[in-house]
Amino acid sequence: MAEYKGILVCGELVDGKLAAITTEMLGCGRKLADELKEGLSCLLVSDSVGEASKETIAFGADKVYTVELPDLKEYQADSYMQVVEKLAKDTVPRVILMGQTSMGRDLAPRLAFRLGTSVTTDCLDLSLDPEKKLLVQTRPVYGGNAQAVFTSEFMPQMATVRTKAMSPLERDNSRKGEVIPTKIDIDTSKVRTKISETIKEEAAGIKLEDAPVIVSGGRGMGGPEPFQTTLKELADLLHGAVGASRPPADNGWVPEALHIGLTGKIVAPDIYIAIAISGASQHTAGCTGSKHIIAINKDPEANIFREAELGVVGKYEEVVPALTNKLKELLAG
Amino acid sequence: MPVNMIACCKQVPDPEAPPSVFKVANNKMTLPPDIKPVIGQYEEFALEAALKIKDTAGGKITALSLGNNFVRDVIKKALAVGSDELILLEDEAFEEGDSWSTANALAMAIKKIAEYDIIFCGRQSSDWDAGQVGLGIAEILGIPAVTLARKVEVIDGKAKVERVIPDGYQVVEVTLPALIIVTSGIGALRYATLKGIMAAAKKQPVIWKPADIGLEPSQIGAAGRHSKLDRLFQPVKEAKCEIIEGETPAEAGANLALKLREAKLL
Repeated sequence: MAEYKGILVCGELVDGKLAAITTEMLGCGRKLADELKEGLSCLLVSDSVGEASKETIAFGADKVYTVELPDLKEYQADSYMQVVEKLAKDTVPRVILMGQTSMGRDLAPRLAFRLGTSVTTDCLDLSLDPEKKLLVQTRPVYGGNAQAVFTSEFMPQMATVRTKAMSPLERDNSRKGEVIPTKIDIDTSKVRTKISETIKEEAAGIKLEDAPVIVSGGRGMGGPEPFQTTLKELADLLHGAVGASRPPADNGWVPEALHIGLTGKIVAPDIYIAIAISGASQHTAGCTGSKHIIAINKDPEANIFREAELGVVGKYEEVVPALTNKLKELLAG
Repeated sequence: MPVNMIACCKQVPDPEAPPSVFKVANNKMTLPPDIKPVIGQYEEFALEAALKIKDTAGGKITALSLGNNFVRDVIKKALAVGSDELILLEDEAFEEGDSWSTANALAMAIKKIAEYDIIFCGRQSSDWDAGQVGLGIAEILGIPAVTLARKVEVIDGKAKVERVIPDGYQVVEVTLPALIIVTSGIGALRYATLKGIMAAAKKQPVIWKPADIGLEPSQIGAAGRHSKLDRLFQPVKEAKCEIIEGETPAEAGANLALKLREAKLL
């Protein structure tokens, strides 16, 4: 049996460009590879990979496997599985990393079960056990109320990595690496799903992930209306975006795309204003990377005040309009 | 066409309990005894997805769970809301499993159930949050799986699923039998009716031991794990929130604006 060696990052493209999570995984993967004195490779799968393969090298990869087929334009488990399973069996990596993204969440457990190994999902930290060279994997559990450290004796070692948890290397366009166009045939008879439609539902305006300021509302908003009035007015004033914790999304007050938290979006704006959000760990898991968290809640005991740097205790209906009006005045002056 | 369904659910510590009651001792999460367990929130969505199909197409729902020391009135909620049968893999040996040993045991139980068109699972358990068991079951059974479903219909012998993606959703058609993993958006689990609660009180869950599903003790629970829990801990957080005061909440709001400007945050 071939020896398990090296790190394989399963990369992702967003609108044809290398996804931020992929650069973050390459940053972490480079450190692990150097410590092991082994190589770092990256897999890119799409209809056309283009310039992203060079980017991958600039961000730390030694080898980039590119698999380009029209059928691979959109992620589908049954076709992508054929690619990653084949590459994993052919290249025998010691470690396989995927993003804790729409794709990674769907693909990593399938691959781990297919290969008879294990995967630790949603890792915040990865390091190596110096003796056994096992991947030491740290992830949040119990909705963020604790963290757990896992290792596994099974090979390959697999983990998915939370977005924004790790730092990319600085881009270095002079880095040398090898792009390996890889031909993998897809047996379409094994693809048991068909995507008949893809519908965009993103709210108009600035994207949550890109917004420097997020004004977020929770269960305490009581209904859909204040998201479109009170919160939107403040967000617009600050050139930010409106977000929500899970209850408003579950109740259909806002689209799921606005849901920030463990099972929603992970955001890290400069300013995060949490309004009528109790601060369940499930939610704070999605915004804890924000530079400044500001909380407005009528319950002085609310957990969100443990996360926040500044807070006001009071009903949002009274506090927020006053905040917005005063800011309007100050920003105009 | 009547649809044969299996809904996997898990009894977990109430994830909505205040963060302060979650305490780690000896590498284990402990909660005070007055915090009652519940069926995990995503498994409740899985049950609701199955019930919606039963409402329209008809069929049978078997609720399936794995663990030990089930609180009967908690797990029997699956029956009270409208499942036809409840099977519990209940044994001390099932304790302390990981995604691997849990998925394997559930898959063996599903093989024993034998007749199914759709298996519903929640996207992740409300305790360990790993999000693997459903996909593991599908891999072991060799059936297709669709994740993050927010709407499911059965049309012409196929399931039509709205699958959530980051900026919207996809409509995915999948051949049956299939495993469908449900997320929020399907709608909250309906309340049990009085009739449902009374019917559930009369029904007894079916209990299967490891031998009933053809598994050795070495293959299940802690012994069957593929990953090892080395450490469970709670990172210490320093609370340092400055509360902005005012005569009225509105004044406090205005003072917050002043503070934000003063600190050059805005």
